[in-house]
Amino acid sequence: MIYEHSRVGRRAMAQAPSEKVDMAGIPDAMLRTSQPPLPEVSEMQAVRHFTRLSQKNFSIDTQFYPLGSCTMKYNPRVCNTLASLPGMLSRHPLAPDTHSQGFMACLYELQDILKTATGMHAVSLTPAAGAQGEFAGVGMIRAYHDDRGDKERSEILVPDAAHGTNPASAVMCGYKAREIPTGSDGDIDIEALKSALGPQTAGIMLTNPSTVGVFEQRIKGIAELVHAAGGLLYYDGANLNAILGKVRPGDMGFDVIHMNLHKTFSTPHGGGGPGAGPVGVSKRLEPYLPIPMVDFDGNDYRWLTERDRPDSIGRLSAFAGNAGVLIRAYIYARLLGREGMHRVSEYSTLNANYLLKRLMETGFDAAYPERRASHEFILTLKKQAKELGVNTMDFAKRLLDYGVHAPTTYFPLLVPECLLVEPTETEAKEDLDRFVEIMRTIKQEAESQPDMVKQAPHTMPVRRLDDVRAARELDLAWKPGD
Amino acid sequence: MSNTPTDRRYAKSHEWLKDEGDGSFTIGITDHAQGLLGDLVFVDLPEVGTAVEAGNDCAVVESVKAASDVYSPVTGEVIAVNEALDGAPETINDDAFGNGWMFKVKVADAGESDSLLDAAGYDALIAEEE
Amino acid sequence: MPFIPHTEKDIREMLATIGVDHIDALFDEIPSELRCGELDAIPPGMPEMEVSRLMQTRARADGQPLCFIGAGAYDHHIPAAVWELTTRGEFYTAYTPYQAEASQGTLQLLYEYQSMMTALTGMAVSNASLYDGASALAEAVLMAVRGNRKSKSKRILLPRNLHPTYRRVVHTIVCNQQIELVEVGYDSVTGSIDRAELERYSGEDFAALVIPQPNFFGVLEAVDELTDWAHDNGMLAIAVVNPMAMAILRPAGEWGDLGADICCGEGQPLGSPVASGGPYFGFLCSTGKLVRQMPGRIIGKTVDLDGKTGYALTLQAREQHIRRSKATSNICTNQGLMVTAATIHMTLMGGEGLQRVAAASHANTGKLTQALTSLPGVETAFKGAVFHERVLRLPIEVTKALRALAAHNVLGGFDLSDDYPELGDAVLVCATELRNNDDIENYRGKLERVIQSQVQTPCQLKPDW
Repeated sequence: MIYEHSRVGRRAMAQAPSEKVDMAGIPDAMLRTSQPPLPEVSEMQAVRHFTRLSQKNFSIDTQFYPLGSCTMKYNPRVCNTLASLPGMLSRHPLAPDTHSQGFMACLYELQDILKTATGMHAVSLTPAAGAQGEFAGVGMIRAYHDDRGDKERSEILVPDAAHGTNPASAVMCGYKAREIPTGSDGDIDIEALKSALGPQTAGIMLTNPSTVGVFEQRIKGIAELVHAAGGLLYYDGANLNAILGKVRPGDMGFDVIHMNLHKTFSTPHGGGGPGAGPVGVSKRLEPYLPIPMVDFDGNDYRWLTERDRPDSIGRLSAFAGNAGVLIRAYIYARLLGREGMHRVSEYSTLNANYLLKRLMETGFDAAYPERRASHEFILTLKKQAKELGVNTMDFAKRLLDYGVHAPTTYFPLLVPECLLVEPTETEAKEDLDRFVEIMRTIKQEAESQPDMVKQAPHTMPVRRLDDVRAARELDLAWKPGD
Repeated sequence: MSNTPTDRRYAKSHEWLKDEGDGSFTIGITDHAQGLLGDLVFVDLPEVGTAVEAGNDCAVVESVKAASDVYSPVTGEVIAVNEALDGAPETINDDAFGNGWMFKVKVADAGESDSLLDAAGYDALIAEEE
Repeated sequence: MPFIPHTEKDIREMLATIGVDHIDALFDEIPSELRCGELDAIPPGMPEMEVSRLMQTRARADGQPLCFIGAGAYDHHIPAAVWELTTRGEFYTAYTPYQAEASQGTLQLLYEYQSMMTALTGMAVSNASLYDGASALAEAVLMAVRGNRKSKSKRILLPRNLHPTYRRVVHTIVCNQQIELVEVGYDSVTGSIDRAELERYSGEDFAALVIPQPNFFGVLEAVDELTDWAHDNGMLAIAVVNPMAMAILRPAGEWGDLGADICCGEGQPLGSPVASGGPYFGFLCSTGKLVRQMPGRIIGKTVDLDGKTGYALTLQAREQHIRRSKATSNICTNQGLMVTAATIHMTLMGGEGLQRVAAASHANTGKLTQALTSLPGVETAFKGAVFHERVLRLPIEVTKALRALAAHNVLGGFDLSDDYPELGDAVLVCATELRNNDDIENYRGKLERVIQSQVQTPCQLKPDW
């Protein structure tokens, strides 16, 4: 705890102005009576403390991180270096267009690249993350229906396996979220969809490949059904890495999509963001895109604002969203180029299918063994849980002891004891082979010494934590005397 | 051997309902339900005076990994809540049918509870779910 | 192949294991009529050195003008150690701490962040961040509507001297939930909330009053009276503050008799570069009573099986991945890395350091005001006390003046004529601790020449904007 190094009167002196001046013109009654109780430490103490904290983390740079649905691929260093050039970091968001042409050129080209990659008519980059993209997307669906005077539509359909953000976003846009069951093959239950569709349907939110890691083959038919009912189709871009350059949401019939640039376009995950969730739309939703956007007249770039786009759903952040993330994604896209886009889906799919095959040969059960894996796949450890009393959580924790970040656990909920594994295209074959060997070893341990697995992890900075205590006896901030 | 008390009725959504004989009912969640949820960390109770309708959610029980709505099996007005649960949600884990009661509802139509399950019916429901 | 490690041999062996002949066969479940062709509109890939040259050119193109714009993004010094540490791969390339045992670094850091934010704002609890200040206010409004059990209304009082973009963002985010935003005007003399206009709403049912400190004009509000007024009328008090101001002004938790109920704002001044508007981060603090209405991640301290201290995500049943359509918000990934920077920044600055930065910025804006108002016709627009930002009125057309200054590489402030036409030719200026006396003199000299040229030779041509 940083506060443990704190001593009254100690400071990292060099960091702040050398003298403390008066707060001229501010009445005393408005001023703080005491200094805010922040840590008082030296620069070296701070550097050591935070360096040590960082060493308690697993990360892509240090471990294999096959966290399904999160696309934990290598984040090229150059993207950070170039996005941190002085001209990029010092540009004030309200600088005039005359002093923003370089920055806006990058954004304009990124809009174009994303349009082409997804087959959409227009793109707005401004949503700050996938969930904000979802909010913007569903908001546009609402604006479209409202504009047509079609105000009775009150429901957004979401598959039961969808990310929790989908129903939550629908509700934030004033809709009711209605769940559609998934069939035993991993695809949408078409009959259930048909019976759910009606004049109350505003739209449907889908991920394809879906959250169970398989491509929804009847997507064209689903699009026809939903459109026939007057609803629109929303594409959750969480799994875009699987299809980049192979099939485009626009060609599948989607009206609106969001992309997670921190997944597919390799911007860093940062311990929980910042991400970026640009939205793309078909022609009929174009007027509603969130602002600001960037326009180019052949000579100059300029911001499109309320004035240019009166039907826009509006602004989602004080300025232009997570600009620095957009710049990183732009640099990544330029490094890959058109030919690199195909390779993303090709090698992520190759890695996933190879890993799945090898794990099945090792005695693990695939949740959908008859299906081709996309860029990720689901194992179910139902058998191990039943026969050995060692569940998915135990496997996940034991993986940490072997220096591998656990795949996503217990999502999607409809597959019992599931592990969602996404190796990404940047992992080498020998690292996948090593993962297979580790899983084999844990399986053997589960058979011969189950307590070893059930008590895992043994080598992390802490053992399993008491989550119940954390929630019952809330301690959310350090207090003097702790 | 069932531990389901026979002095009350049950909703399919796992609430129990006990007739206090004065036009009011005490409501809680069943021992089976608390077992499914695991260690409870928080209970969100309705305010006294709230009008509730049969089948509508009016309270929430939270464990670390789940949150579950509690539905009132009857229509009426909340006349008391178990304030002891605030700060001690584990009471429901320990004694779901007794000290873990959640709220009391004064009903207009005492006959409303007749359509709910009795203990044997509820036991059969659980057996079916498993 | 950039970033793909596979050798020809690897590919052959992997395909053989899978039992297909070529990679494209792995896409055989995608109906062929849906397959796309080449993405010709995307330019071909570039090696790192070419991309580097391109980006250097682009970065240079924007120049590095002398900037006196604040208006929600403030150019403060960031100690070198902040981003050296923040971009360590273990912070930069980790994700949301779902596996607590392998994420104690991020989790403990976030707990320390929550501790520092509560220290700074005087509030009981803090979440682990939201996207930015504007969306944080929108979440605060939603939180107030859920959390104010005394109020049956979904109406919010929002002052007009709050950042105009914040008002727009709040509208975008809450408008589909039947929440009504009622605007309260400002006093044209002081620039602070118009108390007489506010008084008209006394006794009416509102869920909350939003209180900016300082407000968009830099003017300080009578936060104690406003907070008490809100509480007396059964409303929650939502503070929107500049965290740098909290280092020196009385913190939101101490406003009035009971303190603000929710305190939110833009975290950028704590270690994020201005960088074209993002990524920054929003902060959100509240009373303990409202903690279950909070959106976003919250980290709690607990113990492991051996009784050793550890940190974990807590109160997760509020969040979308568990509560789905009934979650407090849809927020998931947000601004973890910026919070990492802020935590390190606050640690290095300490309370004393932040106070010095706040005071130096305030003093510089004072110097700038003095220098500019020494020019004929330039005057301050409001009489109220300010914190490090001020509205000045110019004797010439403000849009034209700012354009002329920009042509000389001085960004002279934020043009208020669009959002507040009633203020006339008004500009919002800010000089942080990074602007020195020479910079201020540079601005004064250039503005003097611009004023002279425009006053002496009135433009005969109709401008083309």
